[in-house]
Amino acid sequence: MAGAARPADAETASSIRDAVRSGHRSAVEVCRHYLERIAEDDGRWNAFTAVFRDEALARAAEVDRHRNEWRDRPLLGVPITVKDVICTRGQPTTAASRILAGFRPPYNATVAARLREAGAIVVGKTNCDEFAMGSSTEHSAYGPSRNPWDPERTPGGSSGGAAAAVAAGLAPVAIGSDTGGSIRQPAAFCGIAGLKPTYGRVSRYGLLAFASSLDQIGPLARTVADTALVLGVLAGHDPHDATSVDAPVDDYTAALSGDAAGLRVGVPRALLGYGDAGIDSEVLAAFDKALVALAAAGALVVDVELPHAEHAVPVYYLVAPAEASSNLARYDGVRYGARAAAAEGGDGAGSPLAAMYDRTRDAGFGAEVKRRIMLGTYALSAGYYDAYYRRAQRVRSLIRRDYDRAFDTAGPGVDVIAMPTTPAPAFRLGEHLQDPLAMYLGDVFTVSANLTGLPAISVPAGFTAARLPIGLQLVGRAFGEATLLRLAHAYERVQEGPA
Amino acid sequence: MPDRLTRADVERIAALAHLDLTPEEVDLFTPQLADILEYAERLQGVDVSGADESWHPGGADCPRRPDSVRPSLARDQTLANAPDGVADRTSETGGFFRVPRVLG
Repeated sequence: MAGAARPADAETASSIRDAVRSGHRSAVEVCRHYLERIAEDDGRWNAFTAVFRDEALARAAEVDRHRNEWRDRPLLGVPITVKDVICTRGQPTTAASRILAGFRPPYNATVAARLREAGAIVVGKTNCDEFAMGSSTEHSAYGPSRNPWDPERTPGGSSGGAAAAVAAGLAPVAIGSDTGGSIRQPAAFCGIAGLKPTYGRVSRYGLLAFASSLDQIGPLARTVADTALVLGVLAGHDPHDATSVDAPVDDYTAALSGDAAGLRVGVPRALLGYGDAGIDSEVLAAFDKALVALAAAGALVVDVELPHAEHAVPVYYLVAPAEASSNLARYDGVRYGARAAAAEGGDGAGSPLAAMYDRTRDAGFGAEVKRRIMLGTYALSAGYYDAYYRRAQRVRSLIRRDYDRAFDTAGPGVDVIAMPTTPAPAFRLGEHLQDPLAMYLGDVFTVSANLTGLPAISVPAGFTAARLPIGLQLVGRAFGEATLLRLAHAYERVQEGPA
Repeated sequence: MPDRLTRADVERIAALAHLDLTPEEVDLFTPQLADILEYAERLQGVDVSGADESWHPGGADCPRRPDSVRPSLARDQTLANAPDGVADRTSETGGFFRVPRVLG
């Protein structure tokens, strides 16, 4: 293994917070340690697109000066990274795209403001697939990130830099975004925990929009307890995001009872046997072991039916590109980012202005973003809308109905549904680059949570014989993060064995 | 099943999407997009009778904000990120996003 920190050996956000709170360590000392780790080691992983050394140290010094006054802040002095699709005021925010080269947002995303208010210190921005479109971080204008468990392999994506940074010990926690698995899949590939909250639980204000009915921001961390701690900071209503929900925020840390007694866990057996999933035998064996561990933690494991879930990949790859084609129309070389040089007289097909739009977009976007814009434009275009977009939306509602039935509280419904996070462990860099469809099929288990809006977490579930991490995915009821985290935490404890 | 996607289809979509694709990109994307769309054809076999086409995870509720005047970004801040923003309001073209000629 090439330098990754095992979860049990590494610092957690809560241990750093406690040390800073008690005065055992200064925030500056902690910040300096992580900045040094990044400077020493990130050449190997390419996890960061920007590091804010001076600003981070200045903020850490401010935390130290206000230590007593701010002692109740839940992330006091905790270094944290933010994925490069989330706006931080005055700092480069590029979505790993050439088209946003030089963009410095004049405002903070709500999550960035909340982290700051909670005492966290943003040390840098992390690498990702361009506009969060991809499953490998290979579609980044900054080049691919690498997996700390095997540098020849992808850390996953699109939040691959975030996952690599945490796994390599360059940050205790990271903030990512998840539109089709972009937090959970890299967490699984890098052997850490990653949570996609319920749609509406966390504000999307200041997140560069990819697919607005699917996008959600969430934490990646070494432990389930740290994801619970950070979710508590991120969650809550925001008047700047009309889809953020004004519902009470649970005490997620208090929910971690350490056992799963009384919880019913559903397993969609038919989906696991579904041919296109092409599930790896070692992943399946790890999943079977995880079910035994869940039972040992006190859960009752039963079968559930999700008959439409096998259609999630084609539904997702019509709905998400359709929304992306609309959201990315704003990148036109006028208000922000890069503009392609004007050609004399245009291309004959339109005005010089129209020619500038078309050239800027072709030069500014990478291949995967262009593919998805094209796919979405096609799915929404006259004559194809009914067959593609409308049909995909209807199947989407059937997938949600399947989950509602499985979770039915009136009947013998389950509390959580378990499945592998990915059908296979981390693949090699370049392995799927020429075959986008093969890359998309790897998202078979993650995209349903976005299509349905449900919360889902990936937790480490052991390794393959070649020491590649495997993830267990748990999907909960809408706004059922407290129960979801309780089960994930109980599972983590059983895995670690008696203390 | 519709006919397999052609180069002409890809060129038509690129024009709709405001992408000035190179011939090499059209060569690359045509089979890739055709494969993805063929895969998506399997949705045609799903029984969708009675299925809602406008379901959204945010629900049907559409909250409205109060209709009141609030501060927004200053003009200079708004122009600061533009590739050709002219912040200097003392000049004749100041305070605007400047773009190439609109008429061909």
